[in-house]
Amino acid sequence: MGDGTVPRMHQRRATTTAPARPELELGRVVPAERRLDGVPKVTGQFAYASDLSAAGMLWGHTLRSPHAHARIRALDLSQALAQPGVHAVLTHEDVPGQKRYGLEFADQPVLAFDRVRYYGEPVALVAAEHPEQARRAAARIRVEYEPLEPVADAPRATELPPIHDHRWTHGHGYLDDPRPNVVRSLVIRHGDPDAGGDVSVAGVYELGMQDQAFLGPESGLAVPDGDGGVDIYVATQWLHVDRDQVAPCLGLRPEQVRLHLAGVGGSFGGREDLSMQIHAALLALRTNRPVKMVYSREESFVGHVHRHPARIEAEHRADRDGRLVCVRMRIVLDGGAYASSSAAVTSNAACFACGPYAVANALIEATSVYTNNPPCGAMRGFGAVQTCFAAEAQMDKLAAALAVDPIELRLRNALAPGDTLPTGQRVSGSLPVAEVIRRCAELPLPEPEELPRDAIRLPGGAGNTTRGEGVRRGVGFALGFKNLCFSEGFDDYCAARVRLFENAGGELVAEVHCAAAEVGQGVTNVIAQVARTELGTENVVLAPHTTATVDSAGSSSASRMTWMAAGAIRLACRAAREELERRGGALAGGEIGVERVYRHPRTWPLDPDTGQITGERAHVAFACAAMRVVVEVDAELGLTRVVWIGAAQDVGRALNPQAVEGQIEGGTAQGLGLALMEEISTRGGLIDNASFTDYLIPTALDVPPVESVLVEDPEPDAPYGVKGVGEPPTVVSTAAIASALRDATGRELARVPVRPDDVVGL
Amino acid sequence: MRIALVVNREPHEADVWEGESLLFALRERLGLPGSKNACEQGECGSCSVLLDGRLVCACLVLAVQADGHEVITVEGLGDGDQLHRVQEAFLEAGAVQCGFCTPGLVVATVDLLERVPQPSDDEIREALAGNLCRCTGYAKIFDAVRLAAGIQP
Ligand code: FES
Ligand code: FES
Repeated sequence: MGDGTVPRMHQRRATTTAPARPELELGRVVPAERRLDGVPKVTGQFAYASDLSAAGMLWGHTLRSPHAHARIRALDLSQALAQPGVHAVLTHEDVPGQKRYGLEFADQPVLAFDRVRYYGEPVALVAAEHPEQARRAAARIRVEYEPLEPVADAPRATELPPIHDHRWTHGHGYLDDPRPNVVRSLVIRHGDPDAGGDVSVAGVYELGMQDQAFLGPESGLAVPDGDGGVDIYVATQWLHVDRDQVAPCLGLRPEQVRLHLAGVGGSFGGREDLSMQIHAALLALRTNRPVKMVYSREESFVGHVHRHPARIEAEHRADRDGRLVCVRMRIVLDGGAYASSSAAVTSNAACFACGPYAVANALIEATSVYTNNPPCGAMRGFGAVQTCFAAEAQMDKLAAALAVDPIELRLRNALAPGDTLPTGQRVSGSLPVAEVIRRCAELPLPEPEELPRDAIRLPGGAGNTTRGEGVRRGVGFALGFKNLCFSEGFDDYCAARVRLFENAGGELVAEVHCAAAEVGQGVTNVIAQVARTELGTENVVLAPHTTATVDSAGSSSASRMTWMAAGAIRLACRAAREELERRGGALAGGEIGVERVYRHPRTWPLDPDTGQITGERAHVAFACAAMRVVVEVDAELGLTRVVWIGAAQDVGRALNPQAVEGQIEGGTAQGLGLALMEEISTRGGLIDNASFTDYLIPTALDVPPVESVLVEDPEPDAPYGVKGVGEPPTVVSTAAIASALRDATGRELARVPVRPDDVVGL
Repeated sequence: MRIALVVNREPHEADVWEGESLLFALRERLGLPGSKNACEQGECGSCSVLLDGRLVCACLVLAVQADGHEVITVEGLGDGDQLHRVQEAFLEAGAVQCGFCTPGLVVATVDLLERVPQPSDDEIREALAGNLCRCTGYAKIFDAVRLAAGIQP
């Protein structure tokens, strides 16, 4: 670039503010450079999990349940085994170790036995020479099902027969809730939950089931090592937790199962749970051949967990001045057939239910339930999205009831460091809520656009056949926050290893090992930046991400990986430097190898009966974001258009501002999807829109310009003051868009995605 | 069936099943996995290639239909180690996150700028509406297109 033929990038719209606490000497990392994986990605050379191949490779295919709930009466594999090219057909009987696995609770069969509990549940596996042979053979497997009545209505699930014979999540320090089908119940009692205010507003809110819809389908390659063990190359968010689930099911020791990160085509929470890892390994070990599995898009829709649909009853009480007195919320989350991370999502939904506001009294009751709907688990925003949608609608209602400006109302209640959260935790780190609100509110709104105009800029785009005479404009605002890193006493750590050696030219080289999953967010750049900063050399080589050479990095989720990886790399680099200094600053032909483990400040569980902290904190740190949105609707046709979004986000310190903006823009678009179009539609537990034809995600025509302000207020407990930035924009954008749609339509719009019928009022 | 085609200016031959897509043949038979397989239903554009100079979804073209034709994939855009200016612009603008959409978007952008060297913002949006990206929210992709076209903001 910069060769004269192509102009340099224009000055970005984003701005940053000076650190609010300059006395914190956190150090700056060297500036970011272009993505380290950028050239291979733009030239098609980057090897995603679905691009892998090996000599003698077979293709695996999964036979899945066509029922949401059924008893398996019989399985007949004979016809499938007789198909050309078929090398293996496996069922639950072929799982040599534990028959069940799970991210938090091992409640999910590797391959179904006795019962299937959701549409698309894996029942059998085939390995064949060609993927089409594998598909055809799978179609010849005879499964005799006895359909059972599905538990499909989440709010009623606690009154229906249990779908599991065993209470898998019982006895893990959660509230003892004896009702059937409960994954976790959490009640947070704060102050006097019966405290009354001068004004009260109430509402019932619902959110549909959203899909991560990462573009790279679930894929991987399992290669037997000839010694009874297996190497699995896969797109995942956390290599070591995969290994720890895979090995027991294969009946192998952890070191016999090596997970290696293959190129990840997006994740957004959907790759926290296992998909094809155990299956491909079973087929590979059985056939003694490398086995590749690649899900189709339809299969991907049933191959990973989704965002929990929710039903939320909310009541907000405030005094005449608009100060919140009491928040009451009852939240039901549909966890689907298996637990996945529902227990943690429940906690997040409850803990952030009040939003980043100082509230003296609260009663928050959250329950996640088992149903025969598709399993739900992690998706960007992780429980906070659902309650933010309800809470921010309530704040708008409250503003209207009090005739106060909605932004002013939020400012009056803004949480600040030193304040106490409903869990009893004091906010001790950075949380510049008022600043974020102000910076967002300052962004100038775009002028209304003239009519007539090109249909592409009308609500509904080219589908709008009017001249725009029915167009109405609306402006909305929302604020949200969530936790960074893992919470509630989880031992959350990240390891890094640094090897210093001299290359042929006698120069010092640092080889850095960290198993952090690069899922597109750019953590590899962070790792390299920190290593260069700490070692003062450009000669930094990143080793492959694998379980084979370094301990766990933890998960690329929960807005934690930048913080944790930076912490671990810094520790390991400093240790390596000290060792080098001890040796007088020269390696003299030798080498230095150090591995260090970084832990963030410790957290403690919540009290199961009161939802209050049992130690200093349940959460490590928080980040907030505010969004202002302009929409246009055609209230007669029910069509919508998001015109502009302005965002201000609390980012701690931006190590790589361009990447931070990318997270804000992308995270905002996903929230837009939930607000306007994205919902996995189920009938009796059966998904009826498992394709990109029927499950719509935002296109280039749907996403407006996003103007972002990065508010830099360093996090004192984090390396270099960083905060995770991936989730806050998704937490808040659904709520902000719904707010603008309400302004434009005058309707309550208490459910997302908002459908054309809702806009029209049918 | 045996097919013969020119891919990225080189002649290739492959044995394919009659039901196989051009995308499968490129990825699995010709060792060119750059074109991606996000839906294989014509909905996402991640498999976009130029077939005789026309932008197509390789997942919707049968491999046998490409017999005797010429295909350019993302792997064939640059000149040796020299990136195509569209590829450069995607890197510079920060338009790549996971990158799974990138090959298709780069090919689609090359096609757009060939037809419309100075596209308006609306033209960019319309031209790229068939290419899904789940990571970026498109803003930096639009920046990349403008950058490659030499359009000053
Ligand atoms: S893979 Fe061809 S359009 Fe999606
Ligand atoms: S960068 Fe991930 S889909 Fe576009």
